[in-house]
Amino acid sequence: MNFSIYDFTSFNQWIDQFLRSVMSPFWAIAVEMVIIGLAILLFYALVGLFLVYAERKVCAFMQNRVGPNRVGPYGFFQTIADFIKLMLKELITIKNADQLLFNLAPFIIIIASFMAIAAIPFAKGLHAIDFDIGILYVIAVSSLGVVGILLAGWSSNSKYSLIGAMRSGAQIISYELSVGLSLLTIIILAGTMQFSAIVEGQANGWFIFKGHIPAFIAFVVFLISSTAETNRGPFDLAEAESELTAGFHTEYSGIKFAFFFLAEYMNMFIVASIAATVFLGGWMAFHVSGWNGFNHIMDFIPPFVWYIGKTFFVIWIMMWFKWTFPRLRIDQLLTLEWKYLLPINLVNILIMAFVVLMGWHF
Amino acid sequence: MDQTALKERIMGLVPDAEFLENKQFLTFVIPAEKMHDLAFKLKFETDLAFDFLFCLSGVDMVKFLEVVYHLESTANKHQLELKVRTADRENGAVDTVCDVWRTAEFHEREIYDLLGIRFNHHPDLRRLFLEEDWKGHPLRKDYVDEVNIVEL
Amino acid sequence: MKEVINLPVKNIEEEEYHINMGPQHPSTHGVLRLVVSLQGEIVKSLKPHCGYIHRGIEKMCEKDTYPQIIHLTDRMDYLSAHINNHAVCLLVEKALEVDVPERVKYIRTIVDELNRIASHQLWWCSFGMDMGGLTCFFYGLRDREKILDIFEESFGSRLLHSYYTPGGLMMDIHPNFQKGVKDFIKYFRKKIKDYDDLLTGNIIMQLRTKGVGIISKEDAISYGVTGPSGRASGFACDVRKHHPYGVYDKADFKEILGTAGDTFERYMMRMYEMRESMKILEQLIDNIPAGDYAAKMKAVIKLPAGEYFQRVEAARGELGVYVVSDGNKTPYRMKFRSPNFSNLSALDHISRGVKIADLVAIGGSLDYVIPDIDR
Repeated sequence: MNFSIYDFTSFNQWIDQFLRSVMSPFWAIAVEMVIIGLAILLFYALVGLFLVYAERKVCAFMQNRVGPNRVGPYGFFQTIADFIKLMLKELITIKNADQLLFNLAPFIIIIASFMAIAAIPFAKGLHAIDFDIGILYVIAVSSLGVVGILLAGWSSNSKYSLIGAMRSGAQIISYELSVGLSLLTIIILAGTMQFSAIVEGQANGWFIFKGHIPAFIAFVVFLISSTAETNRGPFDLAEAESELTAGFHTEYSGIKFAFFFLAEYMNMFIVASIAATVFLGGWMAFHVSGWNGFNHIMDFIPPFVWYIGKTFFVIWIMMWFKWTFPRLRIDQLLTLEWKYLLPINLVNILIMAFVVLMGWHF
Repeated sequence: MDQTALKERIMGLVPDAEFLENKQFLTFVIPAEKMHDLAFKLKFETDLAFDFLFCLSGVDMVKFLEVVYHLESTANKHQLELKVRTADRENGAVDTVCDVWRTAEFHEREIYDLLGIRFNHHPDLRRLFLEEDWKGHPLRKDYVDEVNIVEL
Repeated sequence: MKEVINLPVKNIEEEEYHINMGPQHPSTHGVLRLVVSLQGEIVKSLKPHCGYIHRGIEKMCEKDTYPQIIHLTDRMDYLSAHINNHAVCLLVEKALEVDVPERVKYIRTIVDELNRIASHQLWWCSFGMDMGGLTCFFYGLRDREKILDIFEESFGSRLLHSYYTPGGLMMDIHPNFQKGVKDFIKYFRKKIKDYDDLLTGNIIMQLRTKGVGIISKEDAISYGVTGPSGRASGFACDVRKHHPYGVYDKADFKEILGTAGDTFERYMMRMYEMRESMKILEQLIDNIPAGDYAAKMKAVIKLPAGEYFQRVEAARGELGVYVVSDGNKTPYRMKFRSPNFSNLSALDHISRGVKIADLVAIGGSLDYVIPDIDR
């Protein structure tokens, strides 16, 4: 049923064997690492540029506007022009700021999002590393970003930044729970934490359909809490531009600001791809068990297209509610997490465990 | 309460008030030292109930400075204009009414800033619009500022 | 034995700190500076610092003739420019006892109401933005554009019109004016439902605003909070109803009073008011009588010695103009009682004990226009 041309495993093995045949194993691994690093960096830059453009177009669509339409066809090169502008801008040094931490913070944030991307499978065999605890790794790494935000807010020596950082600290640590627990619901169903195994497990139907109502509830909870974790949408209290001017990155300028900006979009991409992988089957085509002809046709569509399509669908939903909802207040934000999402999640896990135990899932 | 009854009532409260002819409002000139007592009575006596101070202005009348209170009763729908004159130009002082009508706090600060009338017992009498080290009070008739005011 | 030195222990949790919101801050809608004392995120007290764009309009008025003053009033509350003009025109007409033609009264009332809707639309934009819903901004501006187009066609300008003159109007309305207004009402009746769908009915918006920033009726009156903000507390302060001018006495409209006095009520008052304004427009637009667009006035307008006061209902509350005239062509003293100035004075009282986010919402619901505060 699977098409071998879409399977990257043999391609990877071929590169590995070729490298090992021309150089010692140590250098082969070193070269592979560099290739992977460059590939992820390139992918990162492209996705970042495209997401900024996509957000501006989606937002323009929501707001009866045209959006960027001057630089290049349909304004496609607008983000490149913006990026050049940000590169050329002056880096303002803040008096009395903690220079080391101030300069370190953007890197911490961007490295956290870099590390998370490594574990995500883009197609069969197309992932940098396939941990057997992939989900745990991604959750752990993506929450490193909060350290960067806290450092940025603390070291800026500005009260607005500090308030923003404190808000985001409370927010991200709280919503981390819901993200983890909603993924745990699916781990119960899948029986594994390995991303490749989770995707393979959805060959006869995506988990959001297989897992009945609990899986759907988990998906909704994941969407809400992951939006909160990326400081976006109605949960952008850390920036809250009408309250705190720009929150934790008030004092940043030029390329350092661009790092925060890019990291926000990459974090959105990462949570969207986790949602796509865990709930919507990742690169797995849409299959209905029994309909072999239909499944066969679906398999013609390359897995990478499936993956990107699902990810952007989730991203589109997140953009949709960012541009429709007003912002929550900090106490309401925490109430939502601790009084609603967390209990719902815990009960949901019990129900899911019961469903799996009784074998009621598809 | 109609105009004549109201006039009688005010004259009863402050016998030495001076009545001024004015087409629009009943206007009285109140001695500065009696203004605060009168303000209390105007607001809290139920047949008067002037609870809305809708305008508070200062006027430089060259010989003296004047504070003008425009009052309205939201319950009884009658209006009143009161004037308080300072004894002299330089050390003009009037008792504050911002404990009676809270809106007076900002209006009095504005008058202090622009006309230099001091309000006794005001909780926070600072300049409102201009900087603390500004010299003079711009709305006075003898104010000259060759830098900032362009004469046409 | 060593003496024990008791160092003063500072309780960090009770320590207050100050932040400056403004003069450049996204939520103060201009150059207002609020020095906010905070304890964590809770606002302990707040001191407004005004004067960043104080232009001394009252002083300037003392040097200008009455027709010239009209151009200055545009620049106070630039969002209700027509209404400000109206106040000075009415004052001059009252002082000179001029009877303006009925046509002028009708047109002025209609234009005032259009201006009020445009102002409330912009308020809705910025309120949405203060709450974090950026999309509102573009919806409101899109609809405001329709009104500005009508203004541009008839009066030649979009923001600062100076359309009224003492005794009448600068020029007659454009032949398309009536049709334009009727089209706009038809259009906006549909679009105002979008406003409700997008923001009013939103659960987050309701959670953020209900029960936040309450001002009681007594306090509203005492602080002189007028306009929709005052009416939200139940303070019946609509000048159009209580001291009618123009042809408001001929129009049938309700003065809607709130009870809660919170941010949500202030929001709702303006939403109601837009609908009421459309009702007034519908009643008047077909009945504009024929006639002159201005009464005969002397070339040089001199007000008889004395003092005059005129109140009008601007979009943000009661605008009062107080003039002391010495019989010259320029006023001796001119005072504007601006609605925003009094509304601002209540901000400290309203916002004690709320969070920063609430402070922004309260500020949005009081709807400042800073040039009107500073004058």
